Amino acid sequence: MTDPSLSSTGITRSETVPAPRYQPEAPENAPTNPKGGWGRFAFICVPYLWLLLFFLVPFVIVAKISLSEAAVSIPPYLPVIDWSRGLAGLWEAAERWSLDNYIWLTEDALYWQAYVSSLQIAFLSTLLTLLVGFPIAYGMARAPRSWHPTLVMMVILPFWTSFLIRVYAWIGILKSDGLLNQTLITIGIIDEPLVILNTSIAVYIGIIYSYLPFMVLPLYSSLEKLDTTLIEAAEDLGCPPWKTFWRVTVPLALPGMIAGCFLVFIPAVGEFVIPDLLGGSSTLMIGKTLWVEFFSNRDWPVASAVAIVLLVLLIIPITLFQRHETRRNEGDV
Amino acid sequence: MAKKPLGPVRRAFSPWDDPSEQPFIEFRNITKRFGNFVAVDNLSLKIYKREFHALLGGSGCGKTTLMRMLAGFEAPTEGQIFLEGQDLAGVPPYKRPVNMMFQSYALFPHMNVEKNIAFGLEMDGLPAREIKSRVHEMLSLVKLEGFAKRKPHQLSGGQRQRVALARSLAKRPKVLLLDEPLAALDKKLREETQLELINLQEQLRMTFLIVTHDQEEAMTVADRISVMDKGRILQNATPGEIYEQPNSRFVAEFIGDINVLDGQVTKKENEDVQMFSSVLGDHLDVRYPTPASVGDHAALAIRPEKMRISFDKPAHPGTNAIQGEVWDIAYMGDVSIYHIKVAETETLRAIVANTTRLVERPITWEDQVWLSWDSDAGVILTR
Repeated sequence: MTDPSLSSTGITRSETVPAPRYQPEAPENAPTNPKGGWGRFAFICVPYLWLLLFFLVPFVIVAKISLSEAAVSIPPYLPVIDWSRGLAGLWEAAERWSLDNYIWLTEDALYWQAYVSSLQIAFLSTLLTLLVGFPIAYGMARAPRSWHPTLVMMVILPFWTSFLIRVYAWIGILKSDGLLNQTLITIGIIDEPLVILNTSIAVYIGIIYSYLPFMVLPLYSSLEKLDTTLIEAAEDLGCPPWKTFWRVTVPLALPGMIAGCFLVFIPAVGEFVIPDLLGGSSTLMIGKTLWVEFFSNRDWPVASAVAIVLLVLLIIPITLFQRHETRRNEGDV
Repeated sequence: MAKKPLGPVRRAFSPWDDPSEQPFIEFRNITKRFGNFVAVDNLSLKIYKREFHALLGGSGCGKTTLMRMLAGFEAPTEGQIFLEGQDLAGVPPYKRPVNMMFQSYALFPHMNVEKNIAFGLEMDGLPAREIKSRVHEMLSLVKLEGFAKRKPHQLSGGQRQRVALARSLAKRPKVLLLDEPLAALDKKLREETQLELINLQEQLRMTFLIVTHDQEEAMTVADRISVMDKGRILQNATPGEIYEQPNSRFVAEFIGDINVLDGQVTKKENEDVQMFSSVLGDHLDVRYPTPASVGDHAALAIRPEKMRISFDKPAHPGTNAIQGEVWDIAYMGDVSIYHIKVAETETLRAIVANTTRLVERPITWEDQVWLSWDSDAGVILTR
């Protein structure tokens, strides 16, 4: 490996010469081309601008609405910043902002129950998706190499049909005279149709089914990279296969597992369509609560407060976790 | 298989010559097929305790497959493998008392050096104190004491190689398998490590089996070499025997450089053989024990360093001499390789040591010279 910034001074880093102390990267102290610097800056700016425009600005708007008061008007909240009066208008509006909506969320048990139940459902379904997804991803990664594109294609294939239609299809399968019950009765496993639709079981089935590809794909990509000689090395050193799985395969698939779990857990917490269509009225989830506040009650400020709290609930543990991961990778404990 | 040495050869260690000695590892009529491809073809091999044995051959010759069958990663299609007289059939890799050092090292990237070395010991359920002392011992054996807490990606290639070696030795296996262990190192480090391997093997008094495609490596480290081609062992002998008395054209040409002249046996009296080379149009004298009889086609093979070149015809009896023209000279520093055109279609090579510090050599391009060799310098190859 030769660092271009060092080779100009005649210093090259060689792989075979053991460095006395480990350095993650060569120091970048060589003067950079100012033109290249601007190009690099502009390049980095694009994703940040994107995030600013499509994440931060809407977030600020939602946060602002959550501090307002509901009103029968268009838009349905007060106060509205009167931009024609410039900064004075902003100041006047800001003086009337209050945390009432957030206090309201703590007073009505419904919200907390919805949050807790959402987190519970999301957590359990993420775990179940992992349990279902791991063998699938493992099987894919261990399959003959020529099959891989086909197998990946098969995992992605459901995306070609509308998500809504696929969830609707589950109604047809799970309802009391649906496909599943009819089949089970015909083979004689059950006499009475099972009640699955409009229960939380149907929600779990729906979430696991819908989010399975998001679990399988990152898992597959990390299992596929796993060097099979590591498995052989473990067995050679006296490790039976099941132990090798826990000592070698799982730790090395961990990045894929974490990515898959986040990709399932985060959208599942706020999931609305699946509990609405499959869960019936008995399933309490925050996405549904949000929808009701927004569209049925037309209480935008409370709905915004619900959304902000949800975001904070998700962001804090994720940030803490990522910081821990970064430190673990750098520090090499 | 090994021929009787021509002269008195002193050997400190040669259990294979002792008929009462039991083999430590025995491959008995092993065949391994992958679909239609025959990787190992009815092969038998005996390896003795404390032997450093090398499986040498080009890629696809079956050497790695043979080793993997001993480790338990592949099952032979036919035949049996014995270790200390015990049939290994059906014994899974994690229960075999052999350890392997992988070509890619296969260090666990999520564990530091210490954990990597301790892995096999933990599997044996050794007490923590014993593991600690054994890991320490291994680290000092491979001179990596200060690196216990490093992760594999923080080490250089040579250090990783030593960790892999330490890990495979930590369990004190009955046999250490080395799969192209030095292939990823540069030349200088490789040569150093070869000597370290020999010392280690003598120090630990263990049986080593190495797979390599590098003939110099095999010659340096091994007590005996099995030269393999197409799933068979062509010759199993000491490095000296393999080099000086190759039993086939393949072995002769695979190990080092050699001049091969096709010919026909015209006279034979015990070991004194006369051959006629049609390409040279000349009779050549050879002293070599050969099964070939008068009239048989055979090849005469002579190593280039056993050939001499001179302006005058050598007068010694029992010396073959043919005339030729210096066609090319490859100056290597320590030696020069002279390509001598002896016939329209035949060029032979002679290696001359550069014993003087002269930039101008007396013999140069297009000179007419005599190429000569003693009658006992050559080898007769019948296959």
